[in-house]
Amino acid sequence: MSEFTEIWSYLSRGPLLWLTATLAAYALADAIFRASGRSPFANPVLISVVILGIVLHLSRTPYATYFEGAQFVHFLLGPAIVCLALPLYDNLDRLRRAILPVGAALLAGSLTAMLVTLGLARAFGIDGTLLASLAPKSATAPVAIGVAEHIGGSPTLAAVLAILTGITGAILATPLLNLLRLTDWRARGFALGVTSHGIGTARALQVNPTAGAFAGLGMVLNAVATALLAPLILPVFQ
Amino acid sequence: MIHAILAILLCQMAGEILSRLSGLPVPGPVIGLVLLTTGLAAFPRLRDIVRPVAQGILGNLALLFVPAGVGVIGHLSSLASHAGALVVIFLGSTAAAISVGALAFTAVARLTGSRDE
Repeated sequence: MSEFTEIWSYLSRGPLLWLTATLAAYALADAIFRASGRSPFANPVLISVVILGIVLHLSRTPYATYFEGAQFVHFLLGPAIVCLALPLYDNLDRLRRAILPVGAALLAGSLTAMLVTLGLARAFGIDGTLLASLAPKSATAPVAIGVAEHIGGSPTLAAVLAILTGITGAILATPLLNLLRLTDWRARGFALGVTSHGIGTARALQVNPTAGAFAGLGMVLNAVATALLAPLILPVFQ
Repeated sequence: MIHAILAILLCQMAGEILSRLSGLPVPGPVIGLVLLTTGLAAFPRLRDIVRPVAQGILGNLALLFVPAGVGVIGHLSSLASHAGALVVIFLGSTAAAISVGALAFTAVARLTGSRDE
């Protein structure tokens, strides 16, 4: 037992343990997702976060310690955004043919996300840091962090709210869009990317390659739109 | 593989530098994405170099959100005090934005005759 304690205290000091745990939790979550027949409700990000949250709680590990290991995965978010250039390039011709619908859906989706979020939040009496952190929640996490800092929100809270928004959209999109009888994969993917950034894009890539390409485009365009619009819209609700 | 990673990181770094220098609120990786797209259009060889690595990273995109997502444990108490409101906000705003965005896309596509292929 004391040997185990020694090994544990050695491992829990380095990044190896929590990097391994992150990949293991994701591998397990992905297996559950596949076993569910790729059900949107078995979202791999959500399942991984729940598994790791419970493990950290039980082992009394602070988030900062966990992040020392997990930061190697987190770092790849930046390069992954750059990599979206590939599906974007592959679909440039189709995007050119859809430039007007893309512009309309970007403006409509981005504004709806922010106005409904801030309107509901005010109605519930939410203000201050939480309100400012909610404003950019449809932008991808690294962008939401930067925008929230800029407008008086909390960076870590903004990241969490953005990820929760991503998971919500990834779960809602398929049943919701089927209900609306929308069959254009470009429209379905683009709206999901605008609303639920990379997690929505990951979901769209799992469903259909066209939806995935347009979701990636939606995520990129809304990252820019949110950065420009959030500082203008938030003061209206403060 | 090294060349692909190098190309991707160089685009990101150039993006970060341009983002800082321009003072635009657009994050570095997003500018890096625009730079790499331009590069892919200009240099056919770059496509073959970048493709396998980019596909590998994008194939596991969901994994990359896990570390930041676990940060929720540090905010549980502040989120729990608004739990009811936040559930309504998340479901309401997300469902509204997806519906309005997809409907706007479909409506304008129909008006302008924009079809896929």
